[in-house]
Amino acid sequence: MSKNDRLELAQWAITRALKLGADQAAVSISNQRDVEVEFRDNKPEKLKESTQNSLSLKIYTDQKYSYHSTNDMGKESLEKFIKEAIVSTTYLTKDEYRSLPDPKYYPENLNIELDILDKSYQQIDTKERVKLAAEIEKAALNISDKIISATASYSDTHFHLVRVHSNGFSAGIEGTSFGAGVEVTVKDPDGGRPADWSWAVTRFFNELPNAEFLAKKAVGGALAKIGQDKIESGKYTMIVENRAASRLISLLTGPMTARALQQKSSYLEGKQGQQIASEKLTLIDDPFIKRGLGSRLFDSEGLAVKRRVLIEKGVLKEYLLDDYYGKKLGLEPNSGSTSNIIFDNGSGTMEDMIKDVEKGILINNFIGGNSNSTTGDFSFGIVGQFISDGQIVKPVNEMNISGNSEEFWHKLLKLGNDPYPYSSTRVPSLLFNDIQFSGI
Amino acid sequence: MNSKISRRRFLKTGTKCAAVSLTVPVFLQSQVKGVLAVPENKNMTLQDYYNHFGIDESLINEIISTALSQGGDYCDVFFQHSMSNYIGLEDNSVNRAFTNIDLGVGIRVLKGDQTGYSFTEELTPEAMNLAAKTAANIARSPKQIEPVEFKLHKIPEYYPIETLWENVSIDKKIPLLQAINDKVFAKDSRIIKSNIYFSNDSSYNLIATSEGKVVFDYQPLTLMGVSCTAEQNGRREQNGFNLSGRYGIEYYTPDKIELLANEAVTRTVDLFKAVKPEAGEMEVVLAAGGSGILLHEAIGHGMEADFNRKEISIFSDKINKPVAENFVSIIDDGTNPNMRGSINIDDEANDSQKTFLVENGILKSYLHDRISAAYYKVEPTGSGRRESFRFAPMPRMRNTYMLPGPHTKEEIIKSVKKGLYTKSFTNGQVFIGAGDFTFYVKSGYLIENGELTKPVKDVNIIGNGPEVLKNIVMVADDFEMDQGSWVCGKNGQSVPVSLGLPTVKVSKITVGGVNS
Repeated sequence: MSKNDRLELAQWAITRALKLGADQAAVSISNQRDVEVEFRDNKPEKLKESTQNSLSLKIYTDQKYSYHSTNDMGKESLEKFIKEAIVSTTYLTKDEYRSLPDPKYYPENLNIELDILDKSYQQIDTKERVKLAAEIEKAALNISDKIISATASYSDTHFHLVRVHSNGFSAGIEGTSFGAGVEVTVKDPDGGRPADWSWAVTRFFNELPNAEFLAKKAVGGALAKIGQDKIESGKYTMIVENRAASRLISLLTGPMTARALQQKSSYLEGKQGQQIASEKLTLIDDPFIKRGLGSRLFDSEGLAVKRRVLIEKGVLKEYLLDDYYGKKLGLEPNSGSTSNIIFDNGSGTMEDMIKDVEKGILINNFIGGNSNSTTGDFSFGIVGQFISDGQIVKPVNEMNISGNSEEFWHKLLKLGNDPYPYSSTRVPSLLFNDIQFSGI
Repeated sequence: MNSKISRRRFLKTGTKCAAVSLTVPVFLQSQVKGVLAVPENKNMTLQDYYNHFGIDESLINEIISTALSQGGDYCDVFFQHSMSNYIGLEDNSVNRAFTNIDLGVGIRVLKGDQTGYSFTEELTPEAMNLAAKTAANIARSPKQIEPVEFKLHKIPEYYPIETLWENVSIDKKIPLLQAINDKVFAKDSRIIKSNIYFSNDSSYNLIATSEGKVVFDYQPLTLMGVSCTAEQNGRREQNGFNLSGRYGIEYYTPDKIELLANEAVTRTVDLFKAVKPEAGEMEVVLAAGGSGILLHEAIGHGMEADFNRKEISIFSDKINKPVAENFVSIIDDGTNPNMRGSINIDDEANDSQKTFLVENGILKSYLHDRISAAYYKVEPTGSGRRESFRFAPMPRMRNTYMLPGPHTKEEIIKSVKKGLYTKSFTNGQVFIGAGDFTFYVKSGYLIENGELTKPVKDVNIIGNGPEVLKNIVMVADDFEMDQGSWVCGKNGQSVPVSLGLPTVKVSKITVGGVNS
């Protein structure tokens, strides 16, 4: 199916839905091609290639709403699918807030260049993909003889999506992404087999870091964990490495959603305009970053997206308001999800931060744990390094951090100059003081 | 792709389950390729499945022969047609419904321990042959393949249900949610919000192998969950409860409806009294039931044989060695009636079974799929599972539990001077090489001088798998299987599982709390 065929099919489905009794309908059709390579022990461990398609349909009829998806795209099947979707919707309870967004919230300009499609994608063949993974494995094994196992991976994706709404929205988005990395396990003489990984993901093939860089990060991380152990419980200065820090950011963005507010499960309810974090924290949602992993022109409801300062110098400026829960709250929608999250970064590196710490813990990974968006409570397991007098002294593991977001974010003292490039949350390394760790 | 590892072994309950689907019963028919013949439960024949997918044995032979044309050792094809229906109640009305329909075939080629994989959602001979050609490329020495004769492999029935979900209309489901909602608000005036979600999934699977084995299975799965928020003196708390298994609509008896409402409300309002425990190592008593998450994380993942074949599990060199006290026996089992993790057959056509991981304190067997069983020269354990036709199978857990032991719950609690009693959980994770594992305690109690005292909430527990197994010092006789909606994630694939435990005492483990 060509891109144009997808658009035509979506328009056809809308026409059928309206004809068969829907008051309004929204259809999206996606196509995605994935290739994955795993390379280990000097040979491909796994090669996987696939293409998948999906059609999803939102039905609004008599103020009742339902959502359906299928991967069977034949018109005959779809006709029946749409018919049954409409019938099933009539069983539900009326909900006055269910309707498509007001078209005034749809994007006016669909021609802004996001640069998320690498046209060289078509030229990459499987041999080249396997070669890349092979190079990464080799680079890792060359670094240390303590490695028990190294599994290198490469993957890429091409996707195309069209979205059509019966009240005037019609747009498409096409993009690519490329990923590469390696997972390395090393032998600890005390019996453990600590592991670490590196993984880079980019919109353009030629932006992937080289094999040596990926290998060094994973092997270095695994070797640094040899001899890890827990230390005494207490309050420590905490540095969180950039790649791990997005876990913390979700403590803020989860409770900012309209659903959390309307369902009274947000500790941020009523806090707009208030200081919810230290003034070091400025958090911006920017959908227009060229080649950004979260870049987009519209969201899953078709709402136009814009650059939003969500938190400015610690003050909560905006919530994340989708159309449905926004209506329920009587607030104008501004998109209920984030795109690329960026920060007012600091000036020093993570190494600079470490130098200034008298007694602290550097967190390289979180493990498990959870949070409570209603109260702000959280508790996570951690793996990292103990810092004493500005030096990394020894690896630590089997420890937890615990706290409550209402206090926790006021303890943020520094942000690094190292925003993590391989995620839509481009968070730098973060330094907090006085954080509760539990160990021995 | 924020974190490769943390996406991996992540176990979470359905309280946050992403909505998948609704419906009217007729949905099934619309998507079927051939003649649908599923009017009555369990009476489908192999021919019905062939018709359902619009295939026959000569076409399967053709696909397999294309798949092995480059010299692969073995091929299997996994046809799947699955349907998910979801309805949700929010702000007192059932005002949302989701349906998902999925159809396709996965084609896998093995060459030694190397895997070639592809799938297609179009069940035409052209599309399937193209996918087979792609999967074939893991091997590089062309050869001719003779067609095989297929023999139906008969399987037991571990999840009998009265009525197929395809024959249960939405108007039979909606009143159940409304009844729970009424009860939730009637039970406690502090409740301000109630969310109730219900789903049923059905999967029709057909597997054929290049060794001539063919098998089919119908896998039902259902879930009902309640999440509520309560307010007291300006403070809010939220919690929930859910039940799940491979059941039909008959599972939701008035008792179950009452249990769902009651547990959700009690677990929520109890949090107003909750405190944070002290930070650090302490004695922990795990309540019977959902505490089985300890086994899933502390030992289950580490016993999956793919990790051991690569020598990256902390259990890699411990088979036949003592790992726990002799009253500790741990089982991973696909045969428990109607449990979430039960399977009549695994996803590579090997028989489901009850596998001892630890028997009387001795480490016995890994969980094997076809690849690892061949590597270790043992029989597969029926542990090869996959999320859907889009994925190759790998060793996975089913229902993981510990057998009852010699102690009683009362004597266990009495034996603790200062510790924690953990009751309900949301999720856990493990690093299988280092052995670090965690589980998140949503609610529990402090134990002071042999008695349960104040409730506690929202603490993470972290330990080391082999250490904690050694530190299991008491096991009670009150074994319980958990009925919650556990989902296990590994390498980007989710599968339903269950778990269970008697009351167990661990002598030392680190609790995330606060300094006194």
